[in-house]
This record gives sequence, C-alpha cells and structure tokens, in this order.
Amino acid sequence: MDTFLTVERVDYTFEDGPLSVLADVSLSIPAGSFVVLVGPSGVGKSTLLRLLAGLLRPSSGRITLTQQSTGNAIGIVFQRDNLMPWRTVTENVRLPLELQGRNGLAASRSVQAMIDLVGLAGFEQSYPAQLSGGMAQRVALARALVHQPTLLLLDEPFGALDALTRERMGQELLRIWQAMPVTVFMVTHSISEAVFLADEVLVMGGDPGNGRPAAITHRLPIQLLRPRRFEVQGTAEFLEYAAAIRAAIQQ
Amino acid sequence: MKFLNAQPTWLMILVSFVGLLLGWHLLVVWGAYDRFILPGPVDVWRQLMIVAGDGRLLKHSLITLSEVLPGLAIGLLIAMPLGYLLAKSPLAERLLSPYLIASQAIPVIAIAPLLTIWVSSTYWARVLVATLVVFFPILINIIAGLRSAPAELYELMHSLQATRRQIFSKLELPAALPILLAGLKVGATLSVIGALVGEFVQPKSEGLGFLLVTARYQFKTDLVFVVLVTLGTIALSMYGLVSALEKHLLRWQVNK
Repeated sequence: MDTFLTVERVDYTFEDGPLSVLADVSLSIPAGSFVVLVGPSGVGKSTLLRLLAGLLRPSSGRITLTQQSTGNAIGIVFQRDNLMPWRTVTENVRLPLELQGRNGLAASRSVQAMIDLVGLAGFEQSYPAQLSGGMAQRVALARALVHQPTLLLLDEPFGALDALTRERMGQELLRIWQAMPVTVFMVTHSISEAVFLADEVLVMGGDPGNGRPAAITHRLPIQLLRPRRFEVQGTAEFLEYAAAIRAAIQQ
Repeated sequence: MKFLNAQPTWLMILVSFVGLLLGWHLLVVWGAYDRFILPGPVDVWRQLMIVAGDGRLLKHSLITLSEVLPGLAIGLLIAMPLGYLLAKSPLAERLLSPYLIASQAIPVIAIAPLLTIWVSSTYWARVLVATLVVFFPILINIIAGLRSAPAELYELMHSLQATRRQIFSKLELPAALPILLAGLKVGATLSVIGALVGEFVQPKSEGLGFLLVTARYQFKTDLVFVVLVTLGTIALSMYGLVSALEKHLLRWQVNK
C-alpha cells in the first residue's frame, strides 16, 4: 500500500516550558490502514495525535501527508464527545460542511447518510442532553466523517463509555471504516481494543515528566483476518498479540 | 399541607398576595396611621385609579421606559465588543481591568451629578446613568461566557480550518449565550434603577422618578406607593421578557 502519512524525526517541546515531550519520533502510515497507538498515561500519545492534526507544530522534524485528489481534510473524535449542546444531532453532524460553506441539498443528504451509517436514524432532532454516552459518541463519529476526511484521528474515543458499549462501538467503528476510504490513527488505553481494531499497533514509551521524552518503541503488525468478529478475542492468536503488546509497554 | 402542595403555583401566589394585602390593610386599620405616614391598600388603589385615569401614570412610565431601554441597549452594545476584547487579549485585560474595577468602586449615584454637568441633554444624561449601571454586570458575564467554550471544541474548529469569524459565530457566541442572558436579566432590572437614579439627580418635570420626588414633597405617600409598584412591575416585566427570550434561545437545555 502507498504511504499516506510520514512522521520524520519529530521532536516536540512545550513552548511555555522546557519540558521535552517527544524526541525523535518517526513513523509511516499506509493509506487506508488502521493504526493504533498505545502506551502509559501521560506519555505523550495525545500530543502526537495533535501534531498529526496540525493543532501543534513540531519543534523539529517533519510531518507529511501525501496530497490526495480530495485534499487532506481531517476528522477528529475526542474522549468526551464534545458535541455542541445547543445543536441537534443533525446540526452537529452538519458542522464541518457548514464551515466549508456547504449548506445545500447535497450537504443535507451527506448528513443524513452519515447519521444512518452510525445507526442514529430517528434521533436527528434530539439535543445532546437527550442522548446516552454511546449515542453521543456516534454523533461525534458521524461529525468527524461527514466531510469525507482522508485521515480520522481518534483520541481515546471510547474511554468514557461503559465496557459493553465500548465493545459494541469498536465493532461499529470497524464496520464504518470498511465502508469508507479513510485512514485511521487512534490512541487508546485498551490493549484488547488495539488488537481487535488495528492493522498495526504502535507502542510509545518514555517518561516526559521525569526527563525522558517519549518515542515509538515497538511496532507490531496485527495479522488477524478481516472482517474481524467479536469472537476473535478468545483465540490464542489474539491473546498472544495482547501479551506481546503488554510486554512491550512494560519494558 | 398535602392539600396546599397539590394546588397550582399561580393559585398559591394569588393566595399569598391577597394575604399580604389583607395584612397591610389590617395593620393600617389597627395602627390608625395617618395616610401620609402609611397609606392602606385601598388608598393606594384609589390613587392608582386617579393617576391611571388622567393619563399621568402612563406618560411618566413611558418616559422612564424611554430611558431604560436605550440605557440597556447602549450598555449591551458597548459591553459586547469590549467583553470580546478583554476575553481574547490578556494585554487588554491587564491594561483596562484595574480601571473597570475601580470605576465600580465608585457608586453610580456619586458619578451621576457629574454627568449632568457634562451632558447638556437632560434625556441623554439619564440614559447614560442607566447605561453605567447595567454596563459592568453585563460586561463581566460576557467575558465569563466567551471563556466558557471548552478547549477541545476550539481544537475541533481549528482542525476543520474554521475562520476567526466562524469560531465566533458558531462556537463562542452560542457557548456564551447562557451566561450572557443571565447577565442581561440582572442588567434589565438594574437599568430601571439606573434610569431612576438619573431622574433623581437630573430633575425635569417628567419620568417616574420625578413623580416619586414630587409626591414625597407633597406628602402624597399613596402616590409614592403607586410609583413603587409601577417601577416593580416594569422591572419584573423586563425580567420576564428576558426569561422568555432565554427559554426560547436555550431550549436545548430543556432536559438538563
């Protein structure tokens, strides 16, 4: 597969302090793949994600997104759904199109198609306060995908959900990813979620709080067959992958 | 007790209101107070009928309202851009906030006479006093409101290449609205006080403040009461209007 995104020798130091968070991070992400980043809390996973999103600039090094015909729009989902409480489900999903000045019939169709895809038909006119955590996160996912981004960034998207909802959302995410030509970069704490979802798991290590900036220490391709069903989580192969990642994190 | 709890709110308010009038009436009757010391509800009602009937009450109310509403509007129009500047620019905040806070330490009633010296128009001097009173609480709420949008929604807007103007209209303004409207509610009632203060220090033969002062000099205490009730009604109506606006604009909060 073609390389979609490359990170070359990126360092990142907080502007308002001498704290070096990332040092010499390099990685490449193939187009259309699903890459998951795991690592201890506070190691700098979200910082890397924000660098990829262009929300932060690297102190040194380079991040390159391969130019594609559709441009390089980005979709982001955070741990908290971050919907706008004053907008209905439809209005929340429509936001990225609105910002591009697209308000016509085609835009409305894309919004409805996205709402249908995430399984929220019937809730178009609901306000976020009326939705459960899982439903709100589905809206956030629809909002992140409605403008057909080439890169979908997920920052612990299911971290605030209960365990059962979380598993169901993981399966939903795979279904949606397979329906769309999008490259996914996801940060998570859950090792089993990482194995279940990823083409490749990146492990980040280091301790920026104590003077050891983080870097990618391991990369593990996950060669479980797709489409993956929930039952795969009980197989010996799955458990081996999970054990390997756990060992990598603890090194 | 159970019976009382089961009654609708409007009925309870009516009952307590009638009780209040009755208590007031009995107090006047038993105390045998002179009418210019404490008029009873019947006296006040009779006086209300007189000034309402000859059109004086409406005339003075409209004049006071014509000071209250522009005062509130101008206060809002100045507070909005200034609030945006202070919320966005730490430099502006550091430069201006000491003066803004110090200006609040001086009672408006003390500044008002100065305004009557500086502003030659009686009308605008009064409007300006109302503006001064409403300005600060609205400003504070605008700043707090504009800062209430969560950081991650800013990140979302930036990741979607939103312009400055889009971030303001689609994120900051709607996020600020609940706090802004709370400030406007306070401002709406304060603007009535402001206009009244303006009328006290800038005497001219019109406005509810003028009516109040004149009635006091003439020991028409029942007329003083009529003016007080009218002022209260105006302030409550403005509060009610902003509340209705709030209910409409913040209908997304219904289930919270």
